[in-house]
Amino acid sequence: MEKILQVKDLHVSFSTYGGEVKAVRGVTFDLHKGETLAIVGESGCGKSVTSQTIMRLIPEPPGRITGGEIIFKNKDVIKLKEPELRKIRGANISMIFQDPITALNPTITIGEQIMEGIRQHKKITREEAKQKAIEMLMLVGIPNPEIRLKQYPHQFSGGMRQRIVIAMALVCEPDVLIADEPTTALDVTIQAQILELFREIQKKTEVSIILITHDLGVVAQVADRIAVMYAGKIVELGTRREIFYKPKHPYTKGLLQSVPRLDMEKGDLIPIPGTPPDLFSPPVGCAFAARCPYVMEVCDRVYPFKTYISTQHHVDCWLQDDRAKRLVSTY
Amino acid sequence: MNTYFIKRFVAMIITLWLIITGTFFLMHTVPGSPFDEERTTNETIQKNREAYYQLDKPLILQYGNYLAALVQGDLGPSIKKPGQTVNDLLGRGFPISFELGLFTLILAIISGIILGVVAALRHNGWIDYLAMSIAVLGISIPNFVMATVLIQQLAVNIPIFPVATWSSPKHMVLPILALATGPMAIIARLTRTSMLEVLTQDYIKTAKAKGLSPVKIVFKHALRNALLPVVTVLGSLAASILTGTFVIEKIFAIPGMGKYFVDSINSRDYSVIMGTTVFYSALLILMLFLVDLTYGLLDPRIKLHKKEAE
Repeated sequence: MEKILQVKDLHVSFSTYGGEVKAVRGVTFDLHKGETLAIVGESGCGKSVTSQTIMRLIPEPPGRITGGEIIFKNKDVIKLKEPELRKIRGANISMIFQDPITALNPTITIGEQIMEGIRQHKKITREEAKQKAIEMLMLVGIPNPEIRLKQYPHQFSGGMRQRIVIAMALVCEPDVLIADEPTTALDVTIQAQILELFREIQKKTEVSIILITHDLGVVAQVADRIAVMYAGKIVELGTRREIFYKPKHPYTKGLLQSVPRLDMEKGDLIPIPGTPPDLFSPPVGCAFAARCPYVMEVCDRVYPFKTYISTQHHVDCWLQDDRAKRLVSTY
Repeated sequence: MNTYFIKRFVAMIITLWLIITGTFFLMHTVPGSPFDEERTTNETIQKNREAYYQLDKPLILQYGNYLAALVQGDLGPSIKKPGQTVNDLLGRGFPISFELGLFTLILAIISGIILGVVAALRHNGWIDYLAMSIAVLGISIPNFVMATVLIQQLAVNIPIFPVATWSSPKHMVLPILALATGPMAIIARLTRTSMLEVLTQDYIKTAKAKGLSPVKIVFKHALRNALLPVVTVLGSLAASILTGTFVIEKIFAIPGMGKYFVDSINSRDYSVIMGTTVFYSALLILMLFLVDLTYGLLDPRIKLHKKEAE
């Protein structure tokens, strides 16, 4: 499969008054053409920082990319200067933010907000841009696009606004779409509609999607592959089937067990005890060791190697080491 | 749309009437009269004077007469400046004050907004600190100090500009500068604060993610949203600047209307007190109305009447 984007050993830090927060500590993944890669993890695990770093949208300073590469179209995004980055943003890689209510400028018509994106990147007339905007609104399922173009964000419902944000992001036909919690601010029925829309659009445009979320329900519906992040690292990455049915990392298992299901008995929900580590001084070994029910001596001291379960599935966990299997035979 | 304007107009008239009534009766409760002088005048002359200006009549009657004349646009004769009407005084003074005020406002708005935007964009950088130091100085230095310093430096030490009076564009420079620093500083601080807030909004991030240039982000997406609080203060600021200032007009010997606000009260020149108050209030009410109209232009969410909002 064609690799459209490669992130290699990415490190991002933020300097604060309390010291340096190592938000992303060595993230590596590839994004293939036309796939949806979900990055899941709890709040503060670095998933949003990772995605915003790909577009170089983190404020620098206080943010700082301390290492790694982001290869897009044979270029390292980290080494690019502002004007070059502006050519990529919106045109090749675009982004959808969490809250559609605040993501649209309240004082500009949605037509203008969609059109300015195309007009920034392509030399086309206003009329052509308008046609394109109408086409996009139809694609995302907004009726009467000609009239709607002249309206302001406050004249739309939350779900409609998210559709507009999606239209805005897709208007230049980007290769990569980063959706940062695109359904979190929406109610459940609208969530389902938006996810359906993602699937349709992907079929039509072959765009690769990076979906940032903490909602495993969303992931189960749309993701092809899933990366599980914990304390600034990807601890497990695999296809949706592998992650949901054969999770290997205790954290992934914990996440799956802590999702409520309709067919569950009361008391079946098992939360993961404890809290994520302090990223001012992250642990030397496995960051999950303190909360892990299977913790071994080695976990605290040395970070586990990446172990491949299959060609598509790898995990950072000592339990997968040959020497550990004897110890935890029940695992 | 029309019903809104009619409603608004009626409200404006009522406001003005309340101000007139309040001022009229308050003014007469202040001890003293226009004819209190050090030397005692002949009782007959005193009575004749009072009769001429209708001051011997019951207060409520004077009030009624005043309102009746006011409706016809007649602000009455000045008591202390014999032979001149209040309409004459304002008619002569206001255009000059207006000219001074208008240039001052234009300068203050443009420089204030630029200073505020630049400071916000270079938040916590040296430009920000410099701009805000200028703003703090502008707010804390009274304009009469500013005026005297400007005269000392730019008219006396280095004689580029004339010291005083109001006759050519060259004469206007110093008073405009002296008058504009205060409002400019206020506008700069407001713009900065409001820009800083707007720049953290998600839609600015969206604009960045679209690949827009910083110039477009600032002027198209941020500034318009940041201007609402600035417009709010501009209404009352404009009314007070356009009607002239006592101090600056005195220092530069500008024959504006600013002096009447103070002089008329000191000398109990009742009709001039009323005249300046009515004029100022009417202008202020008009400005606030314009501010509301501008809101509607800046922010489509603010609708001035119900129908359009539907």
